[in-house]
This record gives sequence, structure tokens and C-alpha cells, in this order.
Amino acid sequence: MSIPADSARRSSARSAGTAPAPLYGLVLTGGRSTRMGRDKAALPYGQGTPQLERAVELLRRHVERAYVSVRADQQGDPLRARYPQIPDGETHSGLGPIAGVLAAQARHPGAAWLVLACDLPLLDDATLTHLARSRDPARLATAYRSSHDGLPEPLCAIYEPHSHEPLSVYVAAGKTCPRRFLRGVDTLLLDEPNPRALDNINTPQEYGAVSNAVTRDTEDTPGASVRQLTVQYFALLREQAGRREESLRSPARTPQELYAELAARYPFTLGSEMLRVAVNGEFSDWSRPLREGDNVVFIPPVAGG
Amino acid sequence: MPTFRFSPTPIEPAALAAALADPACGGYAAFEGWVRDHNDGQPVQRLEYEAFEALAVREGERIIAEAVTRFGVRHAACVHRVGDLGIGELAVWVGVSAPHRDEAFRACRYIIDEVKHRLPIWKKEHYVNGDSGWVNCERCAAPAATGAAPAGASAHTHGHRHSHE
Repeated sequence: MSIPADSARRSSARSAGTAPAPLYGLVLTGGRSTRMGRDKAALPYGQGTPQLERAVELLRRHVERAYVSVRADQQGDPLRARYPQIPDGETHSGLGPIAGVLAAQARHPGAAWLVLACDLPLLDDATLTHLARSRDPARLATAYRSSHDGLPEPLCAIYEPHSHEPLSVYVAAGKTCPRRFLRGVDTLLLDEPNPRALDNINTPQEYGAVSNAVTRDTEDTPGASVRQLTVQYFALLREQAGRREESLRSPARTPQELYAELAARYPFTLGSEMLRVAVNGEFSDWSRPLREGDNVVFIPPVAGG
Repeated sequence: MPTFRFSPTPIEPAALAAALADPACGGYAAFEGWVRDHNDGQPVQRLEYEAFEALAVREGERIIAEAVTRFGVRHAACVHRVGDLGIGELAVWVGVSAPHRDEAFRACRYIIDEVKHRLPIWKKEHYVNGDSGWVNCERCAAPAATGAAPAGASAHTHGHRHSHE
């Protein structure tokens, strides 16, 4: 949990009299999401916002620059490609989160890094503000003490530039656990202002519970007057729209309004009274309120059998 | 075996029937819908079926479950084709096994009627004269078409709530 006093003095001396290193941010997205069964960075919350987008937006308010840490084979992923990326170094593949931290430090050796996991859907501004304000640049790292087990939380923490060398030595010794690394070096440990902020989610069950809580908090967000929707077309409507599917931003509040908007754009010959509508794969009312991310299908008169 | 599914390839009724076999069942009833060579006075050359499969499979499974509950049959299943079909090809198959024939017949009839009314499946007819059209969508002034003729059945059922009776 502590390090020898002479080592602490050295690291203090190194930064004494100089301005703290600029604070950059890194969202780690290289995890395999094995227990979740799908990419945790892409999991939607609230009105359908992918978790990676939520994490980057939050982080940007607390750092000078924000990056996304990716495995080399994830660089083409469209969600990750929306942000500046730092791919893991080739020699560190398979190391997990530490590979991302080392790659970021190698890219910008003069920066301190606020490192975030991308599976913290309850993380809030208060938690990052407290971390950044309490940061001690003379230490190797500043981190929260877990409300669950009292150990350092390595994936919502600030790593100072001079942590790069001991981290590299740690990895060279064959070790990969960032929590044990922080326990073994001079880490400032803080108490969490919000004990649930660092709850991570690993399973579909945990995602379901947290997703419902987040949705309840955000569904009445003012200003959400335009929604990102997807529409699928079948049969006659597919031919008249000239496409099978599209994504669009629309002010339509209901399927009824959405059909009117689309009928003005495409040469549809069927009135809505001839159609049924499905939202997110189930039959729906025409007056159901549309939400961000909804999938809408207009169903022409059927003719099975 | 899933109780409702789509098939992009020809349906094999013998194998499907075998899957419904049960020593407790003394009756098996099946319905086959075939592609007919004419509809509404127009010679038909071939058909195209398209489905919103995600919703149709869920709704199809619900129809089967309703039939099992309502008529007390032991097993029921339905397979519907998608893609291009020629004249005489099997477009839809329904099979039911039950202790006695009456509930098997009734469940079978219930399933095919509900499938035609409720599932998001569309049929495009290609006529001998080169025209084509989506059944129930493009000639709404004309009587609704059924295309696939019920084997041995004379009842004319409608594919949509807005079909013309």
C-alpha cells in the first residue's frame, strides 16, 4: 500500500517547482466484454446514447484532450473512429488496461492521464471534479479507494508522467494487474463522493438494472426534440422508398408524424390507414411517443399463406 | 424444433410431420398452401414472398401457442417460404398432432387463418403478361387475392384487415 520514503521524496523532488503536467483523458475500450456478450462501449443508455459517447463527453469536461484507447484490431470500428484513438502497442497486446495506459504515456510523455474504464455508466461530474482537484502531481497516481473493498480503483484514476517508468518495469516483470500496481506505489487514495459512481457492469443483468435507472433519470431531458431513428422498409414501401433501411434525425413525435414526414419525401401510394406500425420489433400504436434510437417499421397490407 | 420459422429453400413436409409424432396422438392434420397459376383472372408465372422476419417469427410463435392452448392439441408447427417460388411450389405448411382428429383439424384451420391475417408477410405476383404487383397493396379496388390456393379448401380468406370482403 505504501512505498519507501526515499522513493516518495525522489518523485516529489522531480516535480517540485514545476507546473503540474497537463491533464489528458483516456477512455479504455479494448476489453473483450466476454461476460456481457456484446461490446460494452456500444451499450446504449438513456435515450440510446452509446456508453463510449457518454464517457468521452463526460471526460472532455475535465481534461485538455480526450482519447480513446483501442486494441490494434478495433481501429476501424465506426463508434471508436469518431474519436482520437491511441492503439495498444504491439509488444503489449493481451495485457489489458495497462497496455492502454502505457501506449498513451508513450504517445504524450509530458501529460498526466485521467484513465477511465468504459463500463462505468453511473460515473458523474462530481466524481471527476473531485479527482482532478484532489490530484497530487508529486505522487505517482491519484485514485479512489473502492467503497467495496478499500483497494485503489485503477480505472478512474490519474497517472502522472513519472508513473510510466515504474509501470513499464512492472509489466516487464510479467505483471498486469493495475490495482496491484497502484497498491505498490505512491498513490494518493481518495474517498468517493458518490459511492455508486464507480460501479462497473459486466453482465446483461447488471446492464439491465443500470440502464433502467439511467433511462428514468434522462427520459424527460428537455431539448430532446429531434430523435435519431431507424426505419426499415418492406415490400411495396421498400420499392417506393428505394431502400431497405435508413437512419434519420426527425422531429416526429409519433409514428403517425413520422409517416407523414416520409410520405412527403417518397412517392408512397398507401395511406397510413392502410398500414400498421411496429416499433422496436413489436406492433405499436400510431400515437406511441417515439424515443431516441427507436426502430420503426410501417407494415403494408399483408398477404401471407 | 421452433414452432414457427421461415425457409428460403423448399419445405419438406415429411420431415416436419415426423417431428410432430407422439404416441399419445391419434390424429395428425396438415395444411399446405401451394402457388396457384392464376389470381383474380390473371395468369400468374411466379411469386415472391418477403417477410419482416423478426416480428413475424414472434407473432407466428404466439399463434401456435394460442392454438395449443385453445384446442388442447399436443404439437403444432408452421413453416412459411420466403424468396422466389414457381407454380405448384409449397408456400406454407401447418401441422398439428393431437389425441383426436377434431381438435387437430380445428387448430390447423385456426393457425393458417391467423398466419394469413396477422403476420407481416408480403407476396408479389409476377403475371404472364409481364406485369407484377404486391397483393392487397396495389389493386385495392379489386377483390383481395390469396395466391396460394388452400389445398382442397374453398374458403376465400383475406390477408389484411383492409381487404375487401
